[in-house]
Amino acid sequence: MNDASLSSLKPQPFVQIKNVTKRFGAIGPAALDDVSGTIETGKITGLVGPDGAGKTTLIRLLTGLSRPSKGDVLIEGARAHISQRALHQMLGYMPQRFGLYEDLSVMENLELFADLKGLSGEEREDTFGHLLKFTDLARFTERLAGALSGGMKQKLGLACALLTRPRLLLLDEPSVGVDPISRRELWSMVGELVDDSMAVVWATAYLDEAEKCDDVLLLSGGKLLYAGPPGDLTVTMAGRVFLARVPQETRRAAIAPLLRDASVADAILHGDAIRVLTREGADLDHVRTLVNAAVVPAAPRFEDAFVDRLGGGPDGRSPLAEAMIAHSDNGEAVIEACGLTKRYGTFTAASNITFTQKRGEILGLLGPNGAGKSTTFKMLCGLTEPSEGEGRVAGFDLRTAAADARGRLGYMAQKFSLYGDISVDQNLSFFAGVYGLSRPRARERIEAMLRAFDLTTHRNTVAARLPLGFKQRLALAAALLHEPEVLFLDEPTSGVDPITRREFWSHINALTAKNVAVLVTTHFMEEAEYCDRINLIYRGRTIAEGTPEALKASCANPDGSSVTMEDAFIELVARSEKEEAAL
Amino acid sequence: MWRRLRALIIKEMLAIWRDPKGRAVILVPPLLQLVIFAFAMTMEVRNVDIAVLNLDHGSSGREIVAGIEGASAFDEIIHLQSVSQIRQAIDSQRVIAVVHIGQDFSRRIEVGQPADVQIILDGRKSNASQIVNSYLSAIIARVSAAAYAGGAPPDALRVRHWFNPNLEYAWFTLPGLVATITLLTTIIVTALSVARERELGTFDQLLVSPLRPLEIVIGKSAPGLIFGYLHGTFFVLVAVFGFKIPFAGSVLALYGSMFFYLLAVIGIGLFISVISDTQQQAILGAFVFASPAVLLSGFMSPVENMPGWMQLATQINPLRHFLVITQGVFLKDLPLSEVARSTAPLIVIAMATLPASAWLLRKKTS
Amino acid sequence: MTPSRLPAPLRRTLSLARKETFQIIRDPSSILIAFVLPLILLLLFGFGISLDANSIRIGIVAQDARADARSLVQAFEGSGYFETVTAFDQAALEPGLVSGDLRGLVIIPADFTERLRRRDPAPIEVLTDGSQPNTAQFVANYAQGVYGVWQARRIADAALPAPAAITPQPRFWFNAELTSRYNLVPGSTAVVMTIIGTLLTALVIAREWERGTMEAVLATPVSRVELLLSKIVPYFLLGMSSLVLCALAAVFVFNVPFRGSVFALAAVAAAFLVPALGQGLLISAATKNQFVAAQLALFTGFLPATLLSGFIFEISAMPLPIRTVTTVIPARYFVTSLQTLFLAGDVWSVLWPAILKMLAVGAFFLALTWLATPKRIA
Repeated sequence: MNDASLSSLKPQPFVQIKNVTKRFGAIGPAALDDVSGTIETGKITGLVGPDGAGKTTLIRLLTGLSRPSKGDVLIEGARAHISQRALHQMLGYMPQRFGLYEDLSVMENLELFADLKGLSGEEREDTFGHLLKFTDLARFTERLAGALSGGMKQKLGLACALLTRPRLLLLDEPSVGVDPISRRELWSMVGELVDDSMAVVWATAYLDEAEKCDDVLLLSGGKLLYAGPPGDLTVTMAGRVFLARVPQETRRAAIAPLLRDASVADAILHGDAIRVLTREGADLDHVRTLVNAAVVPAAPRFEDAFVDRLGGGPDGRSPLAEAMIAHSDNGEAVIEACGLTKRYGTFTAASNITFTQKRGEILGLLGPNGAGKSTTFKMLCGLTEPSEGEGRVAGFDLRTAAADARGRLGYMAQKFSLYGDISVDQNLSFFAGVYGLSRPRARERIEAMLRAFDLTTHRNTVAARLPLGFKQRLALAAALLHEPEVLFLDEPTSGVDPITRREFWSHINALTAKNVAVLVTTHFMEEAEYCDRINLIYRGRTIAEGTPEALKASCANPDGSSVTMEDAFIELVARSEKEEAAL
Repeated sequence: MWRRLRALIIKEMLAIWRDPKGRAVILVPPLLQLVIFAFAMTMEVRNVDIAVLNLDHGSSGREIVAGIEGASAFDEIIHLQSVSQIRQAIDSQRVIAVVHIGQDFSRRIEVGQPADVQIILDGRKSNASQIVNSYLSAIIARVSAAAYAGGAPPDALRVRHWFNPNLEYAWFTLPGLVATITLLTTIIVTALSVARERELGTFDQLLVSPLRPLEIVIGKSAPGLIFGYLHGTFFVLVAVFGFKIPFAGSVLALYGSMFFYLLAVIGIGLFISVISDTQQQAILGAFVFASPAVLLSGFMSPVENMPGWMQLATQINPLRHFLVITQGVFLKDLPLSEVARSTAPLIVIAMATLPASAWLLRKKTS
Repeated sequence: MTPSRLPAPLRRTLSLARKETFQIIRDPSSILIAFVLPLILLLLFGFGISLDANSIRIGIVAQDARADARSLVQAFEGSGYFETVTAFDQAALEPGLVSGDLRGLVIIPADFTERLRRRDPAPIEVLTDGSQPNTAQFVANYAQGVYGVWQARRIADAALPAPAAITPQPRFWFNAELTSRYNLVPGSTAVVMTIIGTLLTALVIAREWERGTMEAVLATPVSRVELLLSKIVPYFLLGMSSLVLCALAAVFVFNVPFRGSVFALAAVAAAFLVPALGQGLLISAATKNQFVAAQLALFTGFLPATLLSGFIFEISAMPLPIRTVTTVIPARYFVTSLQTLFLAGDVWSVLWPAILKMLAVGAFFLALTWLATPKRIA
């Protein structure tokens, strides 16, 4: 058989996306710009890209609910928006935030969607039974969906999408705001489902999830960067990734020369090592001398390839360093938590949390949803009053001198939470005023921040119209105007692209050099690797504490092979559960 | 503290003004209300149709019909032919009243006997029909005085209306609007203030700053105060220059008492805002407060017509007290002692609601 | 659970309608709007708004202390319209007029007895507080009435010759006592049903867009008709049950007579719910945001239903542009129909045109909604 006959025999792909462009309004860039690709049955196709890449737009085109401005979305050869009726019969769709009725119970949600999809009779009871078992929700059928945890909502959303055993399952960012344990469970559930009669589309901003997909469509700014199996892209980075082991104390200093060097495309902190992505044909000896440590080859990751496609990481310089004074390090702790406990009625959200944090240190608070890390975080930045115990920030007691303590800390919330309707300059003026900066001082600091974050040209732009990366810079600038001694970050980089995330962390590194302490909560395991120490909280208690490397080491496989941070997280939580059960 | 407050107040004003929704809240309702209330709210009667059944063939009957035809309040005069048409005309609401003049009407007058005119009115519109009745009675009285040569004119009272000699309804409405519009503006602006920040997630950002709860309360009060005064002033100017309504009293007394009125309203608005999680809840909360406040203020119908227990309940309604002040200052040159008498309850309300919302803010955030 | 024998479209519609019902019952803010607010408004309109001045405080300046004057003062005191304060000196009562404590003064001059004997045309004088025009009008009319009755009795008692005059004999049909409650309470039903039909409907659907559930439903085999029907049916039933509540309250709590038929009432209310629901659906299809939906519903639904429906203020007295606007306000026709049904009976010459006009406005709103309901999320 020759090639031509082979290709004629090759079945038509289940979904074909042909040169699709989607515009909202006549001006501005297209949400999707000439995107093409295929989605096959029997595979999980990842729709991968940072926020604003066009993932949701593409999913809506696949549901037929919106129509492309140009090009075609063909599902089994039929245009999606025209054959909506037929398409919706075979579609399972889980929108962002799961699309559940929060005022309805688990069972009522299932019944509603079963009725809508025409599932009836015996088959219906069987399916309910099967799905409830599958999602482990059988115990909660009477509970209102609004009262479920994030992970359980996600499972219920999936169950509703799966009711009639769809042939096309669309999952729009199912893992946002969900902890690693729930995320892993969801992956294994979907993995079980996929067979030759079903195609799954999984949209995600997490690049590590891309590696678990069979195929990916990699999007950035509405453009398609890559289509195909993720491994095929990752493998192009083979031989270019290395780990350099450096002592924990010097790793932040050691990374700077690497990032500035022309032969290095990207370098990030990874536990007690630096992960280096070299440019093609780079001289390894040169890299070795730059880092002044042993360098061992490492397996490439999908993210390496993505960063490479985007032209490599930023150079790691942070003009912020010049804009901040160095706080003196007297060796005393800047955050002291002593027996912090928070009770809501009979429920203890956080129990006896005790730790200290030094100046210039980055401490990560990790834990599954609802474990108490947010409560701990809120108590320390003064948003919640502890029921018991003491907390001190920069020497001020959170109970008796809360306002003084708050004057010494900077805070950056999870979602962009500055005033969207007013300009960059007005936002900064407001925060300068609120932190009591005198007028000349405020002017000086605002100018310094605008320069350091390259916001000068945007100073009169209304904050809501800034590109995502600039919003994040503005949020950080606002938190740093008053030169805080402690910086609180709540999931600072969820959904941003890897380049922006690297930029962000280079600023954070510059701050630690000025002896600013950074307390960060995150679901994002790579962010955890940036931390100097990690405090893992589960069921309101600290269940593990130490450097990322120490935590990983404590969970090493019997054969001594290393585990990922995510593995360690899951293992430590499981151990704690076992201990509790044994008691 | 001043630096922090200044920054907060500037930000609050900018945030309202720059938000298209906030701007709509500031601009649209007052204009809409100006149109609806100033022009549509009236207890007068105009443009109604009247039917006449004149079975009399004499001159007196004709004079009454002519009087009715000449009255400006009536639009169309329909002439009925028989008694049987009366029911249809009233039932179908074709006319609001039927004037029925009997066969022997002129004859009785000629011989100096008393005569009757029957007026059938549509009681479904109790207020309008009552007013129509008084218009018709006045016409009949005029005819009566002229009809009986040498006979005594009917007993009448000499009526004078103080403060508003022609009983123009706008003289009542517009001073009242100064009070109701400032209520609605201030309650909405304030009720949205905390709820908006909660919804957008910026409230935590404020709480982790060195601002104290009291400062936040003051900062959140400022826009309500500023916009309340702006709208109040706008409507004073519209009333005086647009509608030529006399302003007899003291500007200072009006603006001084308005300060406490606005504080009282702001206290309630903040309370609503603090207990709301979203802007939608806040605007519903403002609505649930504002509609009874307007209905039970004396603006829609006099407080003294309400049952006793409800009159007592209106004491906690700031609008009820301030309405007395605006109407009094405009038309009556209300003496300062009277202004003070109505301001005192406003101060009491403000002193109760403002600390309560500051307390609730502190409680809800910890 | 929905029986599975039904055809799929019906089953889908019923299932969605059932969901809608749960959502109303379980959300506190829906309960507030559907049940609490109507009750509050009903109470306010029933008790709070009254145009019947039955005890206006007035002052009587009695400068004549002779028998006739004393008897006139007694007539005012016993009239039932007034609460009186009597003084000799006018200056003592005038501050009351300024402060609003008194709404009028009746001045019986020192030479009242002489004037009466002379058959002076206007022996007494009335001063009113013109800052409250409506009350002032009542004071003047009631004072006239009290004086007229007193004069007539005096003439009869003294067997004096009655002066010949034309006497108007007003008869107020349907509401002989002119109790304003009789037309305010039925009228308030229109406001209550606007709140449920327009405000609640707009909010609940806007909430679906905000929470992303609308997208999940749209991606199922549900059709546009089913979706619209599933929204209309529960709110229609809720609106009708609020009608029952209002009607029962009107008859048994506020003692308003009901002279029409239940069938006609149901027909008129059903016709009104078409435009009310249509407006709610239109708002939610146009905004997808609860906050904006709430504002729009309040300003285009509640406010016109209260102020421009002829329920408190007479439409005929409004300027022409506003009168024109009121012709597309469905509540206007509903208020008229309700007042007729309660007080006059089944007057189909009033009801038919009203029903047709309401349906026409409703058809217009529903057509717009049909066009605006995006099966495609653009």
